[in-house]
Parts: sequence; C-alpha cells; structure tokens
Amino acid sequence: MRTPSQTVGPFFYFGLCERPAADLVRDGIRISGRVLDGAGDPVPDAMVEIWQADERGSYRGDWGWGRCGTDDQGRFSFTTVKPGPVDGQAPHLEMLVFARGLLKHVLTRVYFPDEAANESDPTLSSVDADDRATLIAAHEDGGYHFDVRLQGDDQTVFFAVV
Amino acid sequence: MTQVLEDAVDPPWDHPEYRSTELRAPKKPLVLLRHTLSELTGPVYGEDAVDDRDADLTRGHEAEPLGERIIVTGRVLEEDGRPVRNALVEVWQANAAGRYIHQSDRHPAPLDPNFAGAGRCLTDDDGRYRFVTVKPGAYPWKNHPNAWRPAHIHFSLFGRAFTQRLVTQMYFPGDPLFEFDPIFQSVRDSKARARLIAELDLDTTVPEWALGYRWDVVLRATPFED
Repeated sequence: MRTPSQTVGPFFYFGLCERPAADLVRDGIRISGRVLDGAGDPVPDAMVEIWQADERGSYRGDWGWGRCGTDDQGRFSFTTVKPGPVDGQAPHLEMLVFARGLLKHVLTRVYFPDEAANESDPTLSSVDADDRATLIAAHEDGGYHFDVRLQGDDQTVFFAVV
Repeated sequence: MTQVLEDAVDPPWDHPEYRSTELRAPKKPLVLLRHTLSELTGPVYGEDAVDDRDADLTRGHEAEPLGERIIVTGRVLEEDGRPVRNALVEVWQANAAGRYIHQSDRHPAPLDPNFAGAGRCLTDDDGRYRFVTVKPGAYPWKNHPNAWRPAHIHFSLFGRAFTQRLVTQMYFPGDPLFEFDPIFQSVRDSKARARLIAELDLDTTVPEWALGYRWDVVLRATPFED
C-alpha cells in the first residue's frame, strides 16, 4: 500500500521555497497567475510546481521543473520558454498546486491561446467544452496569465492520471 | 467527464473537520487523463542538488539545538517494491518546543537559535534516505477549540515521474493526539493511516547518542514503458 498524502500546511516556505526555482531561463516568457479559493480570494500559502518540455518538445530531466510559492496576493510567476509540441499534443505545462487546506495536491495543465493544435489535443478534447477555457492561459505583457481556481462554478479542471 | 471514485489511500479534498478545506477543496469531479510522456517523465536530480550537510538539521549553527536528537531513515519505494534512486527528499518541521521558524507561526513557544528545521537529501541506490534532527514538539492550532497537532515531520518526495510527486507528514508511534487530529484522521483507512507512522528502530538508534526511527515511503505506481 502506498503512503497517503497529507497537506503541505501553512509553514512550508522555509522548507521548500527558499532556493530560487521559478526562473528556468534568464530571458524568456513569463507565466504568472494567482491561486484563488472558492470565495475568489487569493491563496497566499500555496506552492505551484511546473514540469515542461523544452522548445523542441523534449523532456530533458535536468531541465523543465520549476517551483514558486504564492505571495500575499496569491500570485506566482515563472520565467521559462514555451514548450514545443510533445507526441502530437498541443504545447502545455504540467502544473501541481499544494496549499494549506489541500489534503492532497491538484494536477492541472496550462495550454496556450491561439494554438491551432489545441483543437486536436486529446486531453483538451476530453474536457467538457464549458470547462476547457480554465486550462488555457491568456496573453499578458511579456507572457501569459493563468489563474488556478480551486473551487466554484469556474473551478479549474483537475486531472486524475490513468 | 468521468467521475473518479475516492481512493482508499489518500484523504478526500472535502473534509469539513479540517476547516481550511472549506473554500479550497475542489468540488468538481476529476477528469481522467490518459497518461502521456508529460506524466511519465519528471525532473532528475544529481549530486549537485544537495550538500551532505543538508541532511543533518542539527548542524550549521553555533551550537546544537535543544531537544531529543533523533535519526530518521527509510526507503523510498514504488508500489511494486522497487527502490527509487536519486529521489529528492525534502523535510521541514517545528523545533523541540513545537515552534516553526516561519514568520506566521504565532505559537508562544521559544524559537531555538540553533535550529532552522529544514533539510534535504537524495536517496541512494537502495532508495534510502537519512536525516539527523531533533524530535519536533506538538503545537496548538486554531482549527477548533483546544486543537493540537501530533508531532510530525513534513516530507516532500519526487519519484521518477512528476505524477508520483508526494507531499505528506511522518508521525511518531503512540502519539495520544492521533485520535483528535483531523489531518491525520482525514485518511479514512486505518492501514493507510498506519503508513504515516514511523517505527522506533533500535538498529538505527546510535547508542549513547540518538534514538532512531524508520519510515518507508511508497509512491504511487506509474505505467512506465521500460
């Protein structure tokens, strides 16, 4: 039997976020956003992790992981490159969110706007059309904006991997 | 969209006894994601990710921290029993008085100038990790009147795939606070809860120096194609 998850709690910052890990490249695009709760309020004690392929669509092992604790406005920000398409999928990042009040983390994906490949992406296509927009980042100066809504009518789609 | 049944191991998101879940627990059903390369890969850590001193939380200060010195060791395994090598294991904890160094911790217990409470290491070829630290104290929190967390060490682990990622807490055997703790009790299955409790281990114990605890961590299986 595997080991159960427990919440990351409110006091993880000194244990997990003191080493800078949010800038995967020096000059790149910015992917930033907020983690919001069911009342629409920012979650100031969340931690966001990303995992992505490089510009050519290769998962490299030694590159592609990032971590950012949210600030008092619930904001996170990564500097990275837009990944290339992987195995016939549209470009995307894997994203995990941990927080006080989450007894286990959530998994979502960040897709990019104006990508023709989104239309045929198998994962996006498996999501109800009404909810698909929660997985697609918005253009923002210097990059993209992606909010994670943990709860509510416009809750972000979270996945279970099979 | 397909509803995923709650599994018997992980706690549910929706667990009202833990009040912070109220506005944060997702309520919509999960969408099944047929795994792709994105779910089968994950970051790989090398020797440069850690320093040998990172695994000894009692060092790096002017003097030794106060409290009961302990050794916590165990293996990181996959569900089929295979060890996870070079897995990054990160830990953080309260000091012996039950106080975190975090600025938001308002518990009126003393900080220890000789203890920060964070460490990390990579597992060896057998999947083994080992930390030297002090036993953390229990501490109060505001979840409900007279709420106290049982002593615990927070663990963060990476497997071979990003989807094996696990953040959890290790508890100490025989803690009388278990039955009152909504976070520990959020794991519904008693056998699964037992997985969160370390064992006192005299083979790990160093005589005249530190008690040893053993705690293995089992990560979820992933459909690797090897």
